[in-house]
Amino acid sequence: MAAPPPGVPAAGSSVGYGRIVRWIDYRLPFVSFLEHEFVAYPTPKNLNYWWNFGSLAGLVLVIMIVTGVVLAMHYTPHADLAFDSVERIMRDVNYGWLLRYIHMNGASMFFLIVYIHLFRGLYYGSYKYPRELLWILGVVILLLMIATAFMGYVLPWGQMSYWAATVITNLFSAIPLVGDKIVTLLWGGFTVGNPTLNRFYSLHYLLPFIIVAVIGLHLLALHQHGSNNPLGIDTRGPQDTIPFHPYHTIKDSFGLCVALLIFAFLVFYAPNFAASADNYIPANPMVTPNHIVPEWYLLPYYAILRSITFDFLGIPGKLIGVILAFGSILILFFVPWLDTSRVRSARFRPIYRWVSWILPVDVIALGWVGASPPAGIVVTVGQIATFYYFLHFLVLMPLIGKLERPRPLPISIGTAVLEAAGRLGAAGPAEGN
Amino acid sequence: MADLAQSQVTTGHDGGTRRDFLILTAGALGGIGAAITIWPFIDSLNPARDTLALSTTEVDLAPVQVGQRLTVAWRGKPVFIDHRPPEEIKAAQEVDVSSLRDPQPDSARVKKPEWLVMIGVCTHLGCIPLGNKTGDDRGPYGGWFCPCHGSIYDTSGRIRQGPAPLNLIVPPYEFTSDTAIKIG
Amino acid sequence: MARGALAVLVAALGLICAVGAQAQEEAPPAPHQQWPFEGVFGTYDRAALQRGFQVYKEVCSVCHPVKHLYFRDLEELGYSEDQVKGIAAQAQVADGPNDQGEMFQRPARPSDRIPDPFPNDQAARVANNGALPPDLSLITKAREGGPDYAYAILTGFKDAPAGFKMNPNMNYNQYFAGHQIAMPPPLSPDQVKYADGTPATVPQMAHDVVSFLSWAAEPTLDERHRMGFKVFLFLIVATGVFYAAKRKIWSRVH
Repeated sequence: MAAPPPGVPAAGSSVGYGRIVRWIDYRLPFVSFLEHEFVAYPTPKNLNYWWNFGSLAGLVLVIMIVTGVVLAMHYTPHADLAFDSVERIMRDVNYGWLLRYIHMNGASMFFLIVYIHLFRGLYYGSYKYPRELLWILGVVILLLMIATAFMGYVLPWGQMSYWAATVITNLFSAIPLVGDKIVTLLWGGFTVGNPTLNRFYSLHYLLPFIIVAVIGLHLLALHQHGSNNPLGIDTRGPQDTIPFHPYHTIKDSFGLCVALLIFAFLVFYAPNFAASADNYIPANPMVTPNHIVPEWYLLPYYAILRSITFDFLGIPGKLIGVILAFGSILILFFVPWLDTSRVRSARFRPIYRWVSWILPVDVIALGWVGASPPAGIVVTVGQIATFYYFLHFLVLMPLIGKLERPRPLPISIGTAVLEAAGRLGAAGPAEGN
Repeated sequence: MADLAQSQVTTGHDGGTRRDFLILTAGALGGIGAAITIWPFIDSLNPARDTLALSTTEVDLAPVQVGQRLTVAWRGKPVFIDHRPPEEIKAAQEVDVSSLRDPQPDSARVKKPEWLVMIGVCTHLGCIPLGNKTGDDRGPYGGWFCPCHGSIYDTSGRIRQGPAPLNLIVPPYEFTSDTAIKIG
Repeated sequence: MARGALAVLVAALGLICAVGAQAQEEAPPAPHQQWPFEGVFGTYDRAALQRGFQVYKEVCSVCHPVKHLYFRDLEELGYSEDQVKGIAAQAQVADGPNDQGEMFQRPARPSDRIPDPFPNDQAARVANNGALPPDLSLITKAREGGPDYAYAILTGFKDAPAGFKMNPNMNYNQYFAGHQIAMPPPLSPDQVKYADGTPATVPQMAHDVVSFLSWAAEPTLDERHRMGFKVFLFLIVATGVFYAAKRKIWSRVH
């Protein structure tokens, strides 16, 4: 037998455990796979804490799936019974309140973490060659998350559940010719109702596992070329990397503790902070709430949707709004090609460095617009913010990449690390990416 | 820098040659945290408070005449209550206990001899025996008869013939007054 | 990177305040009250909950259901099992069908829900000039402002200002959106005789019944706060330990 792969105990090992592991690994290289991808796997040694958010997102997904599966054991997906079944979970099921609040606030944590993870990618150019597909898979995950969260919110069948479902499914009626037929198909009836609830429940259970599969592809793409790093320059060899274990296992564990502190504060002391009070009123098809507002993580898209208050070139404003709202996510697919800079990390891009920060501020402004009644100054701000959002991707990204003069890049990660430690003089001339 | 590249991983569990207290503590905390977190998930599968609230049933026995049999629901199962007439009690007490498949004297199965309380589920494969409704076939011992596979119970609910291995189960119950019991 | 993050954080906080501020419309925001269950270490005041339940039972339950409460839940207020049985037995619930195929009324048991005052919504409307008294089991979570809002409504009834046009069968309330509420002022001084002798002023009764309703909406709050404290303690220690371990392991690289 050939020498076993790293991580697998060598032949002749007196430990019985070693022999079992070797037997399994020879037939199904599970242990050596883990050793290769999660223990010895080389990671750049200069990663900062913005690189914690990927693994954090994965862990929150696990929490969501586990709480979700257990909640599904107690929930009843029928329009007449759903609301009461959730209250039963909150009052009578052992620790039901805990499971529900974890699941509810976990969704907010998931999006917060993923949005930060996404922005890290934008800032450090992690979407650039050769990681374009890695980025694209990430955007696919974001779309799946949005669909999952939207359907999940409908399940408690509160006022906001029902009316958010009504508003969002009605969007599809903006599609010319077949719009109304599509909406009827989605509803399974003439309004949002029990058939809608049942199919949303089924899909809400299914989609997270599709997300897991896409994350598998995402990690596969990641491991092909390894992580990006804050300098945006390629690793040259073992001198630039450290093994994932123990360095990033412990760092990610520490990051998880901090995230759990925030998560625990929400769950135990402010569980309804991100929630809408209207969702504690059972759904009533005869009464519309004064303000139909989606969850905070969908507010920016909602704002873009509502910002097109005028028709344009014969196209109804409602349709343009729908196109732009979906477009605001779809445009992310094209970022690797919209950004023309030859330099990855914004650290070395003097103009883009501060311009990129306007984007999150713009998105937060859109969030405020989405949460506010669409009147007065809110509408104007929304239109300006929508305009800027697309300007950023379609105009600023291409132009700045072409026009700015990047600062000289360090020779290597190693020299930059030593330089930072003050042991070397200034780095030599830049050597491309 | 080269030695940094060559330096292999020294984990916290490499044969105990370098026991690192901090790393051990971290690992232990992680393990404890995980274990504590698991309990609520498991306990949520245990009966919920509304299920537990229905875990006792109180039955008013006053309307049940001598010779009448009553079926009540308890924890989703039928419970047979028999207000036994003297001939049923006598027949139950005169049986030779050692000849029974599941030996139990009648006195061990009742708190007051005129009241027999049993779970009405055959101990063979779970059917509900006949005998509690007027007109039902009670079998040759005047007790209960299970139509599924022919188990025959006597006036104390003990198995006499047929495939059932055990007597009809007596649930936990107590008399809250002379004319009322609380089951469960 | 840090300065940018700070700017974004400030913007986010601004948004949160803005979202909170725009929640009220024409009515002024409810003034803040002190509630013993507020805050990280808050717990329910059992005595207030019992008084509040008495107010609910004697005043509010005539029109308002609390369908998510069972009689057995009242044991959490400090009543014994027998007291709860007694409270339950005062109510009648529908049961059946009996052997004759008829539905019948029987005294409630602790395992029963607290029964609704009306058989259905339409009957409730007929008895209340077309208005539907909402279920109160979740009311403090179902309204912006929560307990503060509920208290403000109960104590906010006054005469309409001069020139304000009241619709028929409506009552002026300072804190209700639009200022016209179908519910007539439910509380009047000394309406209820508290068992513990506390004077039953309107603010007192309002405070007590809102405490009771807050509990009804969130009965697990005490347990949640207790567990949260332990979880936090554990996580703070764990964060410290993991940070130290991280620094130790990374010292080989730095």
